[in-house]
Amino acid sequence: MSAGAQRWYRPRELAEALAIKASRGADVQPIAGGTDLMVAWRLSTAPMPALLDLGAIGELRGICEDPDRVVIGATTPCSTLAADARIQRGWPMLAQSAALTGSVAIQNRATLGGNVMNASPAADNPPVLLAYGARLHLASASGRRVVDYSGFHTGYRQTIARPDELVVAIELPRPAEATTVWYRKVGTRRAQAISKVALAACLQWQGSRVIRARFGFASLGPVPALAGALAHRVEGCDPGRLDAGALAQAIDEDFRPIDDVRSTGAYRRQVAINLVRGALGLA
Amino acid sequence: MSTDITLRLTLNGQPVECVVDPTRRVLDLLREDLGLTGSKEGCGEGECGACAVLLDGAMVNSCLLLAGQLQDAALRTIEGLPTDDPLFEAFARAGATQCGICTPGMVVAARALLDREPAPSRERIREALAGNLCRCTGYVRILDAVEAAARVPSGRAS
Repeated sequence: MSAGAQRWYRPRELAEALAIKASRGADVQPIAGGTDLMVAWRLSTAPMPALLDLGAIGELRGICEDPDRVVIGATTPCSTLAADARIQRGWPMLAQSAALTGSVAIQNRATLGGNVMNASPAADNPPVLLAYGARLHLASASGRRVVDYSGFHTGYRQTIARPDELVVAIELPRPAEATTVWYRKVGTRRAQAISKVALAACLQWQGSRVIRARFGFASLGPVPALAGALAHRVEGCDPGRLDAGALAQAIDEDFRPIDDVRSTGAYRRQVAINLVRGALGLA
Repeated sequence: MSTDITLRLTLNGQPVECVVDPTRRVLDLLREDLGLTGSKEGCGEGECGACAVLLDGAMVNSCLLLAGQLQDAALRTIEGLPTDDPLFEAFARAGATQCGICTPGMVVAARALLDREPAPSRERIREALAGNLCRCTGYVRILDAVEAAARVPSGRAS
């Protein structure tokens, strides 16, 4: 970064923000609610980077529903999602996870786009986005693209977003008929804990059989991720006839949870098994 | 260092204009530059709620907020609550204060709740105050105080 370069931007227009990202790329850190970034900077000795505050850009905020989907502006805060009747009715797991993202004061600032771009494996909303089959709208000065969220995180704190791109919206398709959803976050305490394990499950049923399953997990690996082997094992089956060992084996194929400051790998594995049983109505 | 900006906001009902580093924490702006020391610094990481303020009516942690993000906003601190806010007397009567560090944040959180829900359940009060930590083990009395304040007939809160 050149000496004397501008350190603070607060544009009112998205086009202006994209122009700033086009010229300065990774030298400029976008900031919205700041609930993750401010904590990281406090714990770091590195100087604060140049900042691009997205808080004054009206078109990045808001919820738009149509018969097929809901499109959520990237800087829509968690408290808005938790309280929104359309989200509560159509995508209830997102209302739940937004209401479990930190405390009320955090939810009033923390944004859905920020939760995705911060790319923490323990983030509260990504499992839900994965389970609902979310797509991200990324924008740059050279155009827009829409990507499946399931392929967005490529490694610990790594994403496919380019340095000149901003996430501008998160799109959730409306769940199919005969779909049930189940969300549970397990932390040390009920209020504002970081998850040890979280599961969001979206199950489409035909009679007693699951015909389509998506299990989005947090805190079981370096990225929030879908459990592909588990979904494959469950699809086509009546969960009541599934062997408990087979579920555990599928989870072991998908994840190798680690020991860290918040929990142990063995505990996480057992909780993941229990959560899956809960989601399938077996607990 | 950032280049200073001219910040315009409404602070406790009064228009304020100041020249400030936009990356200064709002908590520091309030306490050190503007002399409003009611907001406390507990953790500085958004966990404890001692620095809670109302930003356009919504409770936020001022330790996680940058001065530049206040442009054109309405900010209310503990000093901006009317002295006859029933929460103050309720906290005193219930013995809801011991060391006092958490109290401004608790009162701000309770005010944010009561402005939206004048008659909240005990459970709703617990949820609304879940981001405010008290280390003197005073939660029961704090919850009692908020319940008592909610019972005070008033048409004027906030």
